[in-house]
Amino acid sequence: MQQKKMSIISSYKNKTVIETVAQAVFMACAFAAVFAVISISAYMIISGTPALFKIGIGEILFGEIWKPSAANPSYGILYVILTSIVGTGLAILIGVPIGVFTAIFLAETAPKQLAAIVKPAVELLAGIPSVIYGLLGILILNPLMYKAECSIFANSKTHQFTGGANLISAVLVLAIMILPTVINVSESAIRAVPEHLKSASLAVGASKMQTIFKVILPAAKSGIITAIVLGVGRAIGEAMAISLVSGNSVNIPLPFNSVRFLTTAIVSEMGYATDMHREVLFTIGLVLFVFIMLINVTLTKILKHDNQKNN
Amino acid sequence: MKNKAKKIVTLTVAVMLMVGMITGCGSKAEEAAPAEEAVTEEAAPVEEAAPVEEAAPVEEAAPVAEEVSDLSGSITLAGSTSMEKFSNALAEIFMQANPGVTVSAEFVGSSAGVEALLAGSADIGNSSRALKDTEKEAGAVENIVAIDGIAVVVDPANTVANLTKSNLIDIYTGKVTNWSELKGEDSPIVVIGRESGSGTRGAFEELLEIEDICTYANELDSTGAVMAKVASTPGAIGYVSLDVIDDTVIAVSLEDVSATAENITAGTYFLSRPFVMATKGEIEEQSEPVKALFTYLKSDEGKEMIESVGLITVE
Repeated sequence: MQQKKMSIISSYKNKTVIETVAQAVFMACAFAAVFAVISISAYMIISGTPALFKIGIGEILFGEIWKPSAANPSYGILYVILTSIVGTGLAILIGVPIGVFTAIFLAETAPKQLAAIVKPAVELLAGIPSVIYGLLGILILNPLMYKAECSIFANSKTHQFTGGANLISAVLVLAIMILPTVINVSESAIRAVPEHLKSASLAVGASKMQTIFKVILPAAKSGIITAIVLGVGRAIGEAMAISLVSGNSVNIPLPFNSVRFLTTAIVSEMGYATDMHREVLFTIGLVLFVFIMLINVTLTKILKHDNQKNN
Repeated sequence: MKNKAKKIVTLTVAVMLMVGMITGCGSKAEEAAPAEEAVTEEAAPVEEAAPVEEAAPVEEAAPVAEEVSDLSGSITLAGSTSMEKFSNALAEIFMQANPGVTVSAEFVGSSAGVEALLAGSADIGNSSRALKDTEKEAGAVENIVAIDGIAVVVDPANTVANLTKSNLIDIYTGKVTNWSELKGEDSPIVVIGRESGSGTRGAFEELLEIEDICTYANELDSTGAVMAKVASTPGAIGYVSLDVIDDTVIAVSLEDVSATAENITAGTYFLSRPFVMATKGEIEEQSEPVKALFTYLKSDEGKEMIESVGLITVE
């Protein structure tokens, strides 16, 4: 049988049609993403703002008492907001240095056998579902925290004992959860630093540590900032793992207090909430949404500013 | 030639797979699933079960456990997590006696369950507290099917075995913070409770008259979570429904009355609450499967089942 011959001249109309249809399909897919973001933002704003006006922005955002099902309900989420900020901040403070140093280890200083152990371990850590972290937190972290709590507050008259479910447990769980993301992105960023920068620095006589901290890390800064943004995004949005280990009462975010985050506030009460309570939970969702947008925008601006400075 | 043959084969296989999928899914939707398949935990989407009008009652069925009836249709229960054991046992036994009926239960909390009932997405709303006036005005009818005790549990190593009502109030409002003040060991009290919409919490606080002034160290969102936390934390105290007590925790006696069914029926144990299976409108106005369910609950087998899960029957 002869092969069918492809001709460039014939079936021209078919090809134009195929080209146009393909482009339309790609554009439709792209708009699906844009549409999703716009509709989510619109829905969050529409469902989150009624409560703000009905109760008053100041009272919700800066009120300290959260008692939604009391006879005189009060919906103050100041402590909840503070907890999310403080908890995420501490998780970043703990997780990012460990992550960046691990990335340096993997990219620069690891002997081959060790790298062969550490790299798969990090990838496995990335794949573990977040609920498992929560379960391990309950099994291992909470009893340890309880012992620490008992010894630290042995003579305190005012501390409310929480059985180990407190801010520190949640922060440790979050720090471990953001490690894989931070390590992977930082490692790519460090490996992407041009080889000539490193060899130039070593040739001039700098030691390996000086090269790493004064030449490579600054050159990889934008990648590391991306890693931090991703880590913050994961930490601030985590609900399941920390709901099991954080105690879930609304208190000031001190290390040994039982605390509630923005995410766990929504998760624990959404199933039961009615009327105004439910609307306020949507407002909490809106606050969370606004936070994440702010963080993304600020860090993108910092990145742009840096790039412009460098170029 | 080869390419064409390959294309034809792939196309045929794809068509066969599609046909297989369509027949498979189609027959599942039409067939009223037999008892084994309809496991209550299966996430049966609530919309599927809501139109009870589709349940064509073939014959009036006498809900006797030994005979198999011809009733068909579906019943959705939604509500309290405290009623989980009871709902699951009821669903299992009822579906064995009526293989044409699918009973599915969701555990979303008492308030959410009654809300689902009033919205029409559930046939029966389970509530582990008496219905509020607003719920009754919206059309929910309170059918009390059992009485449940709320047990106050402590971890097994705790030496305190009895608490008075005022002890409980002091513990839960934060006035007493160490077991040594109650003649126990010198260890701090870790106060554990449920979250705001829970029926168990509502009933507990209402019976002790401490609504809105409780200070909890941990607010957990299910009966199971409270049990697990109390069992594993020395010095913890929590409240759970009586029928889930096992030997990982100790139920303290209140005012020297231990938490047993006899004491609740006799009225000497004061922490008890009704299990309500609310319907929208009177029972006579519901569909055949729902009516059969309530008839079963009032029958002798029903009462036996209620007692076997640790609850107390009502007349």
